[in-house]
Amino acid sequence: MFMAQTLGDAFAFAAIEEIKEKMKIVKHKILVLSGKGGVGKSTFSAHLAYGLAKDETKQVALLDIDICGPSIPKIMGIEGEQVHQSGSGWSPVYVEENLCVMSVGFLLSGPDDAVIWRGPKKNGMIKQFLRDVDWGEIDYLIVDTPPGTSDEHLSIVQYLSSSNIDGAVIITTPQEISLQDVRKEINFCHKVKLPIIGVVENMSGFVCPKCKTESQIFPPTTGGAEKMCQNLNISLLGKVPLDPQIGKSCDQGQSFFSEIPESPATSSYRNIIQRIQEYCGLHHSQEKLSNQGME
Amino acid sequence: GSRLLCPLFSSSTNDEFLKEKRAQIMSRGLPKQKPIEGVKQVLVFASGKGGVGKSTTAGKFLFALTSIFIITKAVGLLDADVYGPSIPKMMNLKGNPELSPKNLMRPLKNYGIACMSMGFLVEETAPVVWRGLMVMSAIEKLLRQVDWGQLDYLVIDMPPGTGDVQLSVSQNIPVTGAVIVSTPQDIALLDARKGAEMFRKVHVPVLGLVQNMSVFQCPKCKHETHIFGADGVRDLAKTLGLDVLGDIPLNVNIRETCDAGQPIVISQPQSDMVSLVLCT
Repeated sequence: MFMAQTLGDAFAFAAIEEIKEKMKIVKHKILVLSGKGGVGKSTFSAHLAYGLAKDETKQVALLDIDICGPSIPKIMGIEGEQVHQSGSGWSPVYVEENLCVMSVGFLLSGPDDAVIWRGPKKNGMIKQFLRDVDWGEIDYLIVDTPPGTSDEHLSIVQYLSSSNIDGAVIITTPQEISLQDVRKEINFCHKVKLPIIGVVENMSGFVCPKCKTESQIFPPTTGGAEKMCQNLNISLLGKVPLDPQIGKSCDQGQSFFSEIPESPATSSYRNIIQRIQEYCGLHHSQEKLSNQGME
Repeated sequence: GSRLLCPLFSSSTNDEFLKEKRAQIMSRGLPKQKPIEGVKQVLVFASGKGGVGKSTTAGKFLFALTSIFIITKAVGLLDADVYGPSIPKMMNLKGNPELSPKNLMRPLKNYGIACMSMGFLVEETAPVVWRGLMVMSAIEKLLRQVDWGQLDYLVIDMPPGTGDVQLSVSQNIPVTGAVIVSTPQDIALLDARKGAEMFRKVHVPVLGLVQNMSVFQCPKCKHETHIFGADGVRDLAKTLGLDVLGDIPLNVNIRETCDAGQPIVISQPQSDMVSLVLCT
């Protein structure tokens, strides 16, 4: 249980029960975190969603709780879409038959519309996303977060506290300046008892398209994510190299899995996604066992 | 009240009166905007998007500032990123600030720049898990309870986003201008746009945009690759009617020295940026 820092926290507890009911039909919940901004969280979240949705029997949902800088609509190519309200709640925007998205980006009137909200208002929005959106029966709910360890992170962990989050995937670049913030994020996860699925090292090396020399654009001066994971006993899910095509695909709202299937980044991603699926499968069966044990 | 007593007043005067009354009520509870004692000008380095190089660019701007003027300028750097303070590492500074006789925190100095950051007040690996309200009061302390002394320029390095910190800073002190840093990617520009809009809403003049990580030159074959796209910032600047204050390439040197907390050689793009920012 959390120590209420504000009166708002106290009222949040009531919402937690409502959200617990809503989340019963969501099998797996994955948070994508980073301490540092600009490391590729949204890119990763979007492509994790695409990757999981490849299996047409699975229903995947992507929730973007970056209220100030919602990148997901652009990356998924659904900028300008609107959210509709029906009797059963808000309808998320469907990218594919089995992949839907919700973001504050759909509620803004234009690209210049800036959301300049203080914490409590942002928390209200997150609560609504969890409680009022008609997600339907979901196999995987992926939550893309803004950088840091603030209101949005506290809120999402708090609101989902009774709903069993599978774990967090933490994204970083090899630089010490990123790792510094990522260590804080890892400590945050420990503090709020959020299991860590593993760390992804993004922008790990660049291959010159002309001479094929590999350069470390963001050099791992302190051993990169590999050393950090060793020291903290956390899984390194994989390393993704820098490919200029990735940024381009995201800007154009297309999955780079389909745009550049031969890129080494694509195969790194696929391996990482598989490991996450395995983790979730294991987590699910462990849960089942513990539930059976309680009966 | 006055409407009934003075029906001879025109409706426009009534509107004025109502407007003023409304403004008065709305500003109750908001901090009073007051300049920091001794600080002549405040520049804010922001972006909206994370990881575009705000801290790095702010640091470089100040390095250049302290070396290109014949009469040295007194400069300060305030790290307003409470959750992910990068300035201590970048400036190779560590340790708790001392207190002055007036009980103000003394900024830590390196390379002639007086620095203050949340990073000096908490352990390196300790996360700051705070809600907005606490962040607001922390920012106020970092602004007002620091013994800045006499500064020509105070540069505030903002965190990503358009939330509590940005609001607190612009409501608390008069800001001379904002520099928005972005990479050429559309995704970053989306947020840069929102950043510019935010400053407009809180009446802070935007001095211009800086394009960072514009191009990478292969150290072996010198082939140039635009990893994060090209010219995006120039196009946005045109759309918003803003100046491009600088165009900084991806340089391995920058990141290595950033991690090691060393100053880097003053390059042409840096000095250009300084003259453009100061002349605006």
